[in-house]
Amino acid sequence: MTGKQTTTWAAFLATLKRDLLIAFKKKNDIVNPFMFFIIVVSLFPIGISPESDRLTEIAAGVIWISVLLASMLSMDSLYRSDFEDGSLEQLLLSPHPLFFLVLAKNISHWLVSGLPVVLVSPLLAYMLALPSEAYGTLVLSLLLGTPIMSLIGSIAVALTVGLGSRGLILAVITLPMSVPILIFGTLAVQSTLNSQSPVGYLSLMLVMLSVSVSLAPLASGAALKISVN
Amino acid sequence: MSSAAPQTFSNSNADKTMLAVRDLFCERDDRVLFKNLDFDLPEGQVLQVQGSNGSGKTTLMRILCGLNDSYEGSIKWYGQEIEEQAASFFSSLLYIGHRVGVSKVLSPVENLRWSCSLKQAVSDEQIMAALKEVGLRGFEESPCYTLSAGQQQRASLARLIISPALLWVLDEPFTTLDSKGVAMLEKILQRQAQTGGSVMVTTHHSLRIAELTLLSLG
Repeated sequence: MTGKQTTTWAAFLATLKRDLLIAFKKKNDIVNPFMFFIIVVSLFPIGISPESDRLTEIAAGVIWISVLLASMLSMDSLYRSDFEDGSLEQLLLSPHPLFFLVLAKNISHWLVSGLPVVLVSPLLAYMLALPSEAYGTLVLSLLLGTPIMSLIGSIAVALTVGLGSRGLILAVITLPMSVPILIFGTLAVQSTLNSQSPVGYLSLMLVMLSVSVSLAPLASGAALKISVN
Repeated sequence: MSSAAPQTFSNSNADKTMLAVRDLFCERDDRVLFKNLDFDLPEGQVLQVQGSNGSGKTTLMRILCGLNDSYEGSIKWYGQEIEEQAASFFSSLLYIGHRVGVSKVLSPVENLRWSCSLKQAVSDEQIMAALKEVGLRGFEESPCYTLSAGQQQRASLARLIISPALLWVLDEPFTTLDSKGVAMLEKILQRQAQTGGSVMVTTHHSLRIAELTLLSLG
């Protein structure tokens, strides 16, 4: 018989490639949350005040909260179609550790939903009159924070993917868990604005990211097994 | 079996038994689906699971694959419990369920490339040959949402041709196939049995396969 078993690395890459390909073909799933993010942020100057002093004060918080909400929107695409078409069962029946396959899906999800948000954030920061010296911190904090949101959201989606009507439950599970990221993300930007070093907050976020990368895929995998059961 | 066969395979029946299920009990929503279920699946056999709707055929298949763990009893793969050797069991297993595992936005080739490489290395030539054999020539690069249900089923079944897995667990693989497709799948199942592999299949068709045994539920 032909066919040597693949290495875990090859299975990881195949999963990553597949998910990126699906995202590329289903552009809605990427574009909608991204547009939502931009629109929500743009509403604040209209609704609150166009004065730059006021906007500067709330800029970091507004961007961070909008990122959180946009990530909620994009989460559902992570496992739902795979669950519906049976690909998830194939994933679970792979001889490779589920940890790496789930991690591949999470990374792909972040690349298409988290990264664009990070890249566009300086532009929105400019609109919200955030002083330019804080751009670096903002981007860095988002770069650390958005993958954590993908990883945490993945657990919640995995838990709820088998339920018929999910709606709000995803937000109810995920948003409270995202509070620490929100706190440290905004504090990092604030401290830059107050001419203090944001390194402390950013390193805490780095720690949270490392913990999430090493533990969240395990939890997601276990949750997927329960959902498929 | 020829006399030159290795001793381990010619000697006792136990060595040839791929899957041994003992005293399986499963209950769903306070309804007993099956109890004291015993059966063996030796190498080179096609086991057709029969039973009326709701008798637990799909549940049985999912239990055997490790997708459902709400059961009591023992399931042994070559003499060892499946949970104790999940990775090696999974690499010898191929499961196709009701949901065939074909992503609608991807083409058959892209689908196969992923689902096969979860288990074994696969070349594009193998994929093309398999798709040709299941009658999807000319549809290799079409997104699956443009294909009919039967064609999607065929795209999923192409995995059988590529897969070196010893055990195939197929849940209603015949449902959406036309008569040519049924004949084709019977041929593929027969070939698997003749090369020493085994198949568990649920279907209401009467299969024309020499190596067939029946298991009735309910």
